[in-house]
Amino acid sequence: MASTIRVRAIASGDTTQVQSLINHPMDSGFVKDSKGQIIPPHHIEVVEFEHAGKVVFTCLWGPAVSKDPYVKFSFKGGKKGDDIKVSWVDNKGQSDSTVAKIQ
Amino acid sequence: MSNEFSDVPDHTRRIILKGAAGLAAFGFTAGALTSAHATADAKAWPADAFKQKSEADALKALYGKSAEASDKVNLDAPEIAENGAVVPIAVATTMPGVTGIAIMVLENPYTLAAAYKIPEGTEASVACRLKMAKTSKVVAIVEAGGKLFSATKEVKVTVGGCGG
Amino acid sequence: MLRKTLIAVAILAGAAQPLLAADKASDPKADFKAFREYFTKRFPKVALDDFVNGPYSMDAGLRKQWEAIDAFPPYDFVVDKGKQMFAAPFKNGKTYGDCFPNKGVGIRQDYPQFDAKSGQVITLDVALNNCREANGEKPFDYNKDDMAALTAYMAFTSRGKPMNITIPKDPRALAAYKKGEEYFYTRRGQLNFSCASCHVQNPGNHIRTEVLAPALGIMNAMPIYRSTWGGMGTVSRRLRTCNSQVGAEPLPAESDEYRNVEYYLSYMANGLPISGPGTRP
Repeated sequence: MASTIRVRAIASGDTTQVQSLINHPMDSGFVKDSKGQIIPPHHIEVVEFEHAGKVVFTCLWGPAVSKDPYVKFSFKGGKKGDDIKVSWVDNKGQSDSTVAKIQ
Repeated sequence: MSNEFSDVPDHTRRIILKGAAGLAAFGFTAGALTSAHATADAKAWPADAFKQKSEADALKALYGKSAEASDKVNLDAPEIAENGAVVPIAVATTMPGVTGIAIMVLENPYTLAAAYKIPEGTEASVACRLKMAKTSKVVAIVEAGGKLFSATKEVKVTVGGCGG
Repeated sequence: MLRKTLIAVAILAGAAQPLLAADKASDPKADFKAFREYFTKRFPKVALDDFVNGPYSMDAGLRKQWEAIDAFPPYDFVVDKGKQMFAAPFKNGKTYGDCFPNKGVGIRQDYPQFDAKSGQVITLDVALNNCREANGEKPFDYNKDDMAALTAYMAFTSRGKPMNITIPKDPRALAAYKKGEEYFYTRRGQLNFSCASCHVQNPGNHIRTEVLAPALGIMNAMPIYRSTWGGMGTVSRRLRTCNSQVGAEPLPAESDEYRNVEYYLSYMANGLPISGPGTRP
């Protein structure tokens, strides 16, 4: 079953570059629907990236992060074939996680 | 705006419906952030910082200090955003001892857009996509060696990013 | 300021339109040559294949943002949804693949086509709905997400393939092409603009806050994920929006006029790569 999380993790030398795209509406709470009612805020709050049992990156997101949020970062120590785990939780307590392999 | 979930895949709908049934039922088991890090609770997400409406207040709430401008903070943002809903922004620095990066959009309803925690071994750089309500100064913050450093750039927005 | 800009554009649009052969018999090959030369001469620094990237071939600042977004585009999820939809069988057990050559994979560049039986131009979207109806399913709304997802997936399987539109030796096909050309150059709406006013006279220039795309290759990126829409939209949705934006009454999706103009523009883009699904502001 596919996740809401897309990951591209590529190792080059001793550095792994990670890009992630997450399927999430990231509603800011400032937009009205076609009936003129405010669409309540619904956005990811925390995203964690883990490698070898260690958190290598944490995102703290507010409503100003774009829909289907994207992030790119790099860390040292990963190598091809390693697992990288990505998890998120949003302001409604919903969450998802996935494990991807470093290419 | 039509049903925003009309193009959300079925598996996501299921996750969302499960979540709506209550946190206790869905809980911190498989799929949630690992309990060792317990980041899904209120303490992990700086709610207060994300409510602030000024640069100074946001930094105080998030880091407890203020920032000094530094040309060692690289802020890559467009001069004119193609669309305020999705503005690609990148922050990087070669400073040592970086523990955090944050980005603020001063004219947004809430100043703090995003913050990132950088543990040792992770590079001090991040690329992301933010919403900008209108033309605004964007401020990048780097937390290094216990101090805050900033870079500022004005980004023109001709179409509001908040759905207007 | 806005008024002055609009008046300036209107005056420019009123200038001789060298690409419309009003009184001659239709000669698509000659039109094609003239159309292409107009754009390559006007934009000598733009690589031919780059015209399909619309405003991004015209403006470096926009291009940089597009490249950042396209590196990992938000429409990935829509293409996935389209792929799943495409593979799912109808109630009668058949699939979309059964309606198309090569099981529907890598064929988007062959549309629109002239259909001799019905005497109409068939766009990809219309072909998909024809397939649905032939198999006992209700057609999709041409303006909405389901059709956008399906066509996004199909475009994705054709990425890089050259646009490949045929005008068969059938007077009705030639007439459809000609009507498409006429629609393209006809003024309409409160702003009294034709498609050409923006996309032939002013590519690379601004209209209000947007940078105008060149007409050459303008269909190659369809369907498009627009930041403005926060989602993927079909050709129909974009054409109707364009009509509204000049203060003209939008036509029903996939009306003859829209199909014909898509036929005309796609023919003009023959040989240029499919770049869809595209991202746009």
